[in-house]
Amino acid sequence: LAAYRTDEGQPWVLPVVKKVEQMIANDNSLNHEYLPILGLPEFRANASRIALGDDSPAIKENWIGSVQSLGGTGALRIGAEFLRRWYNGNNNTATPVYISAPSWENHNSVFVDAGFKDIRTYHYWDAAKRGLDLQGLLDDMGKAPEFSIFILHACAHNPTGTDPTPDQWKQIAAVMKRRFLFPFFDSAYQGFASGSLDKDAWAVRYFVSEGFELFCAQSFSKNFGLYNERVGNLTVVGKDADNVQRVLSQMEKIVRTTWSNPPSQGARIVATTLSSPQLFAEWKDNVKTMADRVLLMRSELRSRLESLGTPGTWNHITEQIGMFSFTGLNPKQVEYMIKEKHIYLMASGRINMCGLTTKNLDYVAKSIHEAVTKIQ
Amino acid sequence: SSWWSHVEMGPPDPILGVTEAFKRDTNSKKMNLGVGAYRDDNGKPYVLNCVRKAEAMIAAQKMDKEYLPIAGLADFTRASAELALGENSEAFKSGRYVTVQGISGTGSLRIGANFLQRFFKSSRDVYLPKPSWGNHTPIFRDAGLQLQAYRYYDPKTCSLDFSGAMDDISKIPEKSIILLHACAHNPTGVDPRQEQWKELAAMVKKRNLLVYFDMAYQGFASGDINRDAWAVRYFIEQGINVIVSQSYAKNMGLYGERAGAFMVICSDAEEAKRVESQLKILIRPMYSNPPLNGARIASIILNTPDLRKEWLMEVKGMADRIISMRTQLVSNLKKEGSSHNWQHITDQIGMFCFTGLKPEQVERLIKEFSIYMTKDGRISVAGVTSGNVGYLAHAIHQVTK
Repeated sequence: LAAYRTDEGQPWVLPVVKKVEQMIANDNSLNHEYLPILGLPEFRANASRIALGDDSPAIKENWIGSVQSLGGTGALRIGAEFLRRWYNGNNNTATPVYISAPSWENHNSVFVDAGFKDIRTYHYWDAAKRGLDLQGLLDDMGKAPEFSIFILHACAHNPTGTDPTPDQWKQIAAVMKRRFLFPFFDSAYQGFASGSLDKDAWAVRYFVSEGFELFCAQSFSKNFGLYNERVGNLTVVGKDADNVQRVLSQMEKIVRTTWSNPPSQGARIVATTLSSPQLFAEWKDNVKTMADRVLLMRSELRSRLESLGTPGTWNHITEQIGMFSFTGLNPKQVEYMIKEKHIYLMASGRINMCGLTTKNLDYVAKSIHEAVTKIQ
Repeated sequence: SSWWSHVEMGPPDPILGVTEAFKRDTNSKKMNLGVGAYRDDNGKPYVLNCVRKAEAMIAAQKMDKEYLPIAGLADFTRASAELALGENSEAFKSGRYVTVQGISGTGSLRIGANFLQRFFKSSRDVYLPKPSWGNHTPIFRDAGLQLQAYRYYDPKTCSLDFSGAMDDISKIPEKSIILLHACAHNPTGVDPRQEQWKELAAMVKKRNLLVYFDMAYQGFASGDINRDAWAVRYFIEQGINVIVSQSYAKNMGLYGERAGAFMVICSDAEEAKRVESQLKILIRPMYSNPPLNGARIASIILNTPDLRKEWLMEVKGMADRIISMRTQLVSNLKKEGSSHNWQHITDQIGMFCFTGLKPEQVERLIKEFSIYMTKDGRISVAGVTSGNVGYLAHAIHQVTK
């Protein structure tokens, strides 16, 4: 599973998290009572605020709702269950759901298990040019049946690390508006991708400013390092407060039969952090530490490959963003890396940048060089 | 225009909704007898000492926050199985079981329901006792199963309608699913006696039914974890391969930490492995992997001899306080001059008591006395204290005389 590693190859509990956990442990007024069905109110409000921005008009007008969920997966699942029941008619399992090719492999299962019968892919990764296949993507959206649901990665696309530029997002939004397509954002890496929360939320906020009703499944696993506490949030953006209230009331029913109410520990940590200006600043700093390390590993890997004269172009390593990189290695080359060099990457050529350290950069670069020159 | 114009406002959740209405009430005498969360004799939430100690141990260990496996914390699931089955259980020792960590009782029930929907092809029907926990029906329905019922509670006697239950169960089509509450039946507090459990076991065996035990109160009912698990263990000894959902919300006071487990008793360890692989495939698209905190607390308690001993004493303490509140409620009702027979209050067991109050009477209790409970007349005895039991008796007498 994808998790951040330090330069020593170790897991990293964020300093701000350690601090807040100590505060929680020392607070004898806290107990283990049930949270409300939709979760800890301070968590929900702050989590959505992080995604949409402090000055979001949607928040000011109360057009938003939040459902605390078990990680990003849980948020996706609750959103999917809701859409299957209430979107595009009642219990319309035939509404097409479009998932990028490739995508996180669990996306498919989430929507299948939620009851959708027609899951399709949309063009995304162009293997030849090692970048976004924008034209293919726009064509697919242009041809998609009206009202189809599109799963969009808010930033740091998993597994390719390739995101649309703001200009490309604008084109995507224009088509989706024209075709009445529903945007369901998966935001698992806000802050972790570029180091800036606002920059990583640009796409979601742009869609909100364009008047879309949308869902955004947020994960705090990576940007808070709270993997095993299962902290997530489904942000619902609607057209008015009344609609959102009714949506939330139906979300409650779905939550009640799935997990009743969400776990409190992780939500408390996040809520405490986000609602204190000082802790919030510390957190942003911790997030930037992680993002910067990944960015450094990217630039160091690229420069080594270019120095070695490894055949091919390697700018995609630094143009891609987030935890993963689609190296462009083919399955045979990947097999070489695994068997001969003991470097583990996915058959797709996806590498977890967090696995790189200053100690192993040379070895990894040389190994990639060998794989590319020896194996075609 | 909005996508959601046609979305109806959902009805407020009957159980958790009671607490929300209670919170809004400004009457100083108000009582929350709605949601089943234990309260001490001061009406306050109770964090167990063994839980605090386990938390201190966890803080000192400074562990990382890496993802748990999909099936959860292994030390927890193994200890959970042993708690349910007993350390001398053949099923436990042979390894012919699989236990996965679930999101407390609800999540564990849901995993089981989804598993049945996908793999139990003989029937779509789940037979629930009448009445059952309100959330059972929507859980199984959302999982894609159908609900049926068997007689259970006799409103005339406020106790078990055993002959009715046996009669209905004898007619359940073979290979259907039957859900049984292992102990401290929710909402009635009415449990079968051991002789009755034996007859139930023989009947479900005869009808070849798949038995799903919901065990949310082990230890909390009688104060004795072995006694409360007796039915589950007896059924297994009779060769019935049950499935079980467990919760640590009440017996360890871990409510909001969502610690629970779902277990399948299998023919052998090899079958258990195959079942486990399918459970993981169900869990991953729901929430990927479970939350650590509650499971780790529970695991430390169960696996550390001193803490386990302390826990057993504390859970008995909670059970004893509830039993004493039942006794005091009955004696206070007599003092009020009530002519009704309130014996069922002390005959019933566990957190809940089916008072026998009618919806109109419940309505009056809420409106006139600020005493909150669910419409079916169920009270959470845990919400009763020596300080308010007199007020409660008085109010009940007023609406029933």
